[in-house]
Amino acid sequence: MRIKNIALALVVGMSWVGVSLAASPGAGLLQPANNDVANTASLQRGARNFVNYCLGCHSAKYVRYSRLAADLGLTESQVIENLLFTGTSIHDTMEVALPQEAAARWFGTTPPDLSLIARARGTDYIYTFLKSFYLDPKRPTGVNNLVLPGTSMPHVLWELQGYQAAVYDGESDPARDAVHKKFKGFELAQPGLLSPEEFDQFVRDTVNFLDYIAEPMQLQRRKLGFYVLGFLLVFFVLAYALKKEYWKDVK
Amino acid sequence: MSATMQAPARRGRLAAIAEWCDQRLGYSRFLKQHVTEYYAPKNFNFWYYFGSLALLVLVIQIVTGIFLTMNYKPSAEDAFASVEYIMRDVEWGWLIRYMHSTGASAFFVVVYLHMFRGLMYGSYKNPRELVWILGMLIYLCLMAEAFFGYLLPWGNMSYWGAQVIVSLFGVIPGIGESLVEWIRGDYYISDITLNRFFALHVIALPLALIFLVVVHILALHEVGSNNPDGVEIKQLKGPDGHPVDGIPFHPYYTVKDLVGITVFLMFFAGVVFFAPEMGGYFLEHANFQPANPLQTPENIAPVWYFTPFYAILRAVPNKFLGVVLMALAVISFVFLPWLDRSKVKSIRYRGWIYKTFLFSFAVSFIALGYLGLQHVTPAYTYAARFFTVVYFAFFILMPWYTKIDPTKPVPERVTYHAH
Repeated sequence: MRIKNIALALVVGMSWVGVSLAASPGAGLLQPANNDVANTASLQRGARNFVNYCLGCHSAKYVRYSRLAADLGLTESQVIENLLFTGTSIHDTMEVALPQEAAARWFGTTPPDLSLIARARGTDYIYTFLKSFYLDPKRPTGVNNLVLPGTSMPHVLWELQGYQAAVYDGESDPARDAVHKKFKGFELAQPGLLSPEEFDQFVRDTVNFLDYIAEPMQLQRRKLGFYVLGFLLVFFVLAYALKKEYWKDVK
Repeated sequence: MSATMQAPARRGRLAAIAEWCDQRLGYSRFLKQHVTEYYAPKNFNFWYYFGSLALLVLVIQIVTGIFLTMNYKPSAEDAFASVEYIMRDVEWGWLIRYMHSTGASAFFVVVYLHMFRGLMYGSYKNPRELVWILGMLIYLCLMAEAFFGYLLPWGNMSYWGAQVIVSLFGVIPGIGESLVEWIRGDYYISDITLNRFFALHVIALPLALIFLVVVHILALHEVGSNNPDGVEIKQLKGPDGHPVDGIPFHPYYTVKDLVGITVFLMFFAGVVFFAPEMGGYFLEHANFQPANPLQTPENIAPVWYFTPFYAILRAVPNKFLGVVLMALAVISFVFLPWLDRSKVKSIRYRGWIYKTFLFSFAVSFIALGYLGLQHVTPAYTYAARFFTVVYFAFFILMPWYTKIDPTKPVPERVTYHAH
């Protein structure tokens, strides 16, 4: 999505700055999220996933429930019944139920607010991160993550995905260096409730929701952009004709 | 019926009021001098749009800035949240904010092209030295304005970027450390720093900028505009006393600039509506996380418009010399009017030597800008050193190469083909 936007900006003439996406850590192993913020059904599923699996520890403190109702095609009562677990009013923001001090004590760090995580890290990063937990008995949570080695986040989605083991080529030692060059792939050690395809879709919907809350006006922004460019195009024709007319006298 | 009869009378009254004001203010004389009877060369090309565009961006920044301050809270506690409040809850807040953030980068794009125009057509040469120096002061103010403004969103890159740049002053022998403390107003970048940067960003520097822009234009209108041929149009006047190759700024250049402004706004809207982050160059990814004094971003790099100078800083092994060289890289432009010994102004009538040096300079500026964004590697450091040498060679060798450069004869009148 983001690359498409940049391409569009280039088309309208941004030729004066070289564009490449800033590299994030482990950029080489990131999988494309392929999410679409225009897909309202996916956003609704993502909102449900987020509220059920993320909001227990992570806040989205800049996101208002009432805004979700308006943008996700839901009625206010639907939002109150299905999504509003942490606030008291639909006009509240998505605060976290878990006290911050307790979280810091349990996990060693406060789980970050996720309002802007998609803009800070990129959707591909989160998509791959959520899919890259693997069994590691050396970690207190029993799992490690290939994208963010040593993460203090437990494998929250284990019930859905199951547990996967990291498979390495050769005699390399995964415990010494988690992101080893010889990493081959994951192998499902214990299946979860969802099939791998269903789990991918689950993560994609969740990432889609995170993408949306990071910039709730992004669809509106693009839509308005076409009108503005259309206006400017018409205005350009008129301004150019005016200029031509005046400059006839310049010999 | 009575309305049509009243109309001329009302117009007459308005004209009378205007007349009354003009006798006490003299604005019609001012308008004549600077707009309707300011004679500009008729052969301006593409490169002459960027002056008026810079003025347009200044206006965009001031107007959007006023609206941003209505909801922004300059405190370490609230700054980041207030920006998100603007983005999400304030009506059209996201548009105002994206216009302001895109405007910051657009300002530098436009100003860099405006300066490059000056280099190509020798616009800094006699009699326009002061126009050039005032322009350089505007550029310095703009850099300060951008730097102070960048701290305000209080993102993690804001914080660490300010930390790195402020600490540069620490390398000055003797007074360095106390100077850094004085700038920050604290032992680290804190709420106090944010507050004073806010004051400087919204009041002090905009005032200085507006003042300098006015003086820049007054100085320009005193000596008259240069043009792509570098011919002084005032030397050939017609029987009416106006330059034969000059045309009144209004209406000719107002309508022409209107076309340029429309094209510029298409680029501008392209970024604002379709890529406001511009792939992380206009709004850096790390700045979507709040300032965190305990966690440095993976790659602290200034915004793209500072990176050529940042690359020069990093290319020098000695930190103090690096800062000195970086400052020189910015200030060197001021001396151009006296470094350039060429008889001709415009690149059209200069020889291959100047063209080669100017081209190498432009390439090294862009290359340094690229290198300043990258992680340091030995190869990149050597590349940065090479381009730093090329960059300074343009200035240091200028008195020599502009003297021996084979120039072509300059025509008496500007080159212009009526369309």
